[in-house]
Amino acid sequence: MNDYAIELLSINKSFGRVPVLKDVDFKLRKGSIHALVGGNGAGKSTLMKILTGVYVKDSGTCKVNGKEVVIHNYNEARREGISLIFQELSLIPTLDVTDNIFLNKEIKKGGLLDYKTMNQRAIQLMKKLEIELDVNEKIKNLGVGSCQLVEIAKALSDDTSVIVMDEPTASLSDKEIAILFKIIKQLKARGISIVYISHRMNEIFQIADEISVLYSGKVVASKPTQEFTLNSLIESMLGGKKNEESMKWKERKTQIGIHNVLEVKNLYIDDIIKNVSFVVKQSEIVGLAGLMGSGRTEILETIFGLRKKKSGTILMENKEINNVKQAINNKIALIPEDRRRSGLVLMHSLCDNIIITNLDKVRKYGFIKNKKVKKISNEAIDNLNIKSDGIKIKTSLLSGGNQQKVVISKWLATSPKLIILDEPTSGVDIHAKTEILEILRNYADEGNSVLFVSSELSEMIAICDRIIVLKDGEATGELTHKDIKNEEVLHYAIQKEKSN
Amino acid sequence: MQYKKKNQINIYDYIVYIVFAIVLLLFALWLGGNFFSASNLLNVTRQTAMVSIMAVAMCFVIASGEIDLSVGAVVALSALTAAWILEKTNNIMFALMGALVLGILIGAINGLLVTLLNIPSFLATLGTSSIIRGFAMWFTATKAISIRNETFNFMFGMGKIKFMPIVFIWTVLVLIIGYIQLTKLSYGKKVLAIGGNQIAARYSGINITKIKILIFSEMGLLSAFAGIIYAARMQTARYTYGQGDEMNVIAAVVLGGTAMSGGKGNIIGAVIGSLLLGVINNGLIIGGLDTSQQQIVRGFIIIIAVAFSTFSRKK
Repeated sequence: MNDYAIELLSINKSFGRVPVLKDVDFKLRKGSIHALVGGNGAGKSTLMKILTGVYVKDSGTCKVNGKEVVIHNYNEARREGISLIFQELSLIPTLDVTDNIFLNKEIKKGGLLDYKTMNQRAIQLMKKLEIELDVNEKIKNLGVGSCQLVEIAKALSDDTSVIVMDEPTASLSDKEIAILFKIIKQLKARGISIVYISHRMNEIFQIADEISVLYSGKVVASKPTQEFTLNSLIESMLGGKKNEESMKWKERKTQIGIHNVLEVKNLYIDDIIKNVSFVVKQSEIVGLAGLMGSGRTEILETIFGLRKKKSGTILMENKEINNVKQAINNKIALIPEDRRRSGLVLMHSLCDNIIITNLDKVRKYGFIKNKKVKKISNEAIDNLNIKSDGIKIKTSLLSGGNQQKVVISKWLATSPKLIILDEPTSGVDIHAKTEILEILRNYADEGNSVLFVSSELSEMIAICDRIIVLKDGEATGELTHKDIKNEEVLHYAIQKEKSN
Repeated sequence: MQYKKKNQINIYDYIVYIVFAIVLLLFALWLGGNFFSASNLLNVTRQTAMVSIMAVAMCFVIASGEIDLSVGAVVALSALTAAWILEKTNNIMFALMGALVLGILIGAINGLLVTLLNIPSFLATLGTSSIIRGFAMWFTATKAISIRNETFNFMFGMGKIKFMPIVFIWTVLVLIIGYIQLTKLSYGKKVLAIGGNQIAARYSGINITKIKILIFSEMGLLSAFAGIIYAARMQTARYTYGQGDEMNVIAAVVLGGTAMSGGKGNIIGAVIGSLLLGVINNGLIIGGLDTSQQQIVRGFIIIIAVAFSTFSRKK
């Protein structure tokens, strides 16, 4: 008998000329929980997408239960007993639990849907998993945690033997996580193998039998959990090496000012953010560090007035900010997390995107002057080194890095005093990343302030004068640049439990 | 590496003009001078003036990702309002103001329903459409009101300056204003940004509620103006005016290259689209087809024209 449910051997994959996976071996023991960790862009998702047939590998072998298979699409993966619990849940909100579980594999009787049998089976599944849930409840009425469980039930209804979970706890509460872990252990006891992808080290140590670490497309460590410590795991996640040259701290030309540009006092947002206070001074770059779901985005969006706060005050140069209009009038700019969704109108041209925040600047007697539009757009292209074939090019045709530069330009042109950036470098190539960081440094040197969020800690260390650590919606620490000797220190601060 | 690229002209943006030219040519070949004469073509511009004027405003509505089905009903109610005020006061200014202000108010209500109550515009305006048409019937107990003010009828109806129908001049005026609004004012840029990506528009600080209320108000205003033209042309106002016009207006806008999904608008195209529909009607009547045949052929031509323009746009 074979010990492994899945064996991926010498997998290679490139996107264009960029290699994403290099000779990756990944073996999943039957009935075990195998954690897959690594920084953003390390190749975790790509590897799992190859396993589930979303991407096709360039070379390498894939064995399921010792037998070599070629998986072309997700349906074939499911036939091999492999299920993926999507990060973005794949449930249909307007249908109920039963409908979702049996979607596209409905049970029929005489050509008509057999609701009775489907409901019974759904109830059985729930019982097996010890989930208390009404199977006739619509998905939209359920919390994220319950949806996650329905996803698992859906996977199990396929007679699955392998479940891939991508960041399953990112948006769950502690209580829901406990339920999820109970179910994962139960699944394991039933001989189901699980690939568990997460950034949360505590959870991994709690639940995984084995850990594989990916670093820029290579497996740098793969051994039983007991052989890792938090420190050694973090070290291998960073590839056991020093920061790249471009990601190094550079001494700033301007001293940090004394007066507070932004003051956030006792901020509460829904049930997410609890009593967060901090300030950003003139010429200062402040980072908010924390895991996904720690409340970073919510804080940024509230400062910009997009979200309603429950209580607390946000002062920009001593003026209160409660809505977007006030934020913009008081010279705040937000570069949102998802540039394609919230940053750009992709079907519109580069210049139309840039002027939308600067309509006052391109007008004369109320009329938009093409000359001014050209000037402001060409300035953006020159200042930020945007690679674009003219200003009329559709932004959907630009690369990720250049799209991001367009979003930054449209706000820099408003000459903000405080620029807030939410993951500005995600999906951006290393060269553009370096450029974006340099733009921010120069901007702060000119006497402006920056509030910066990134999942890539090396970036934060490279530019932040001060970093505020967030965990589960609370500020748990504050580190100045001098405190952070290396990336491990910051990693540790983010991962560690509250000290009280 | 430096390279130059020609100023690309995207032929597909001009497809409606090409279709228009082809249809014009085919009818001219088929029907000769009866169709292809200055007087007949000017006649077409007069017949289509109402739809053309409403198409300009509908361009903004559709470009912002919304729809307005109440325009036909607004035509009827504003025509009756103008006629009623003329009957009571014989004052053209009062009649105009009364009808136009009513149009703006109805539009603003549509806008409020869509933004503040979050009702999909399709349903909100379907509802208001029924209410307005009902009011129009109730208001006069379904009777017509005739208009005896000759100046009014001249200025907004059958009048001509030399050979130029006055309603044609009104149409061109509305077209120019709409064109400037969409391409030269920040208002137009905001409308397109909302239709292209409402979330990004919100993150850019655009006041979506305000802009959408303005869009619907302008739609109401121009529908009311179309109602005035209807009344003046017929020298009467009836509650049946504008029935089904909303569909012609929407068809004209889409034919003209405005995306149903929003984010893109073409004012000149919308007016050409309206003329295209008018030319088809006119040509088929001159061609001697009976009403049932006209309906069938018109349906086919619309489908072919839209298929042609949307198909080519995908490339």
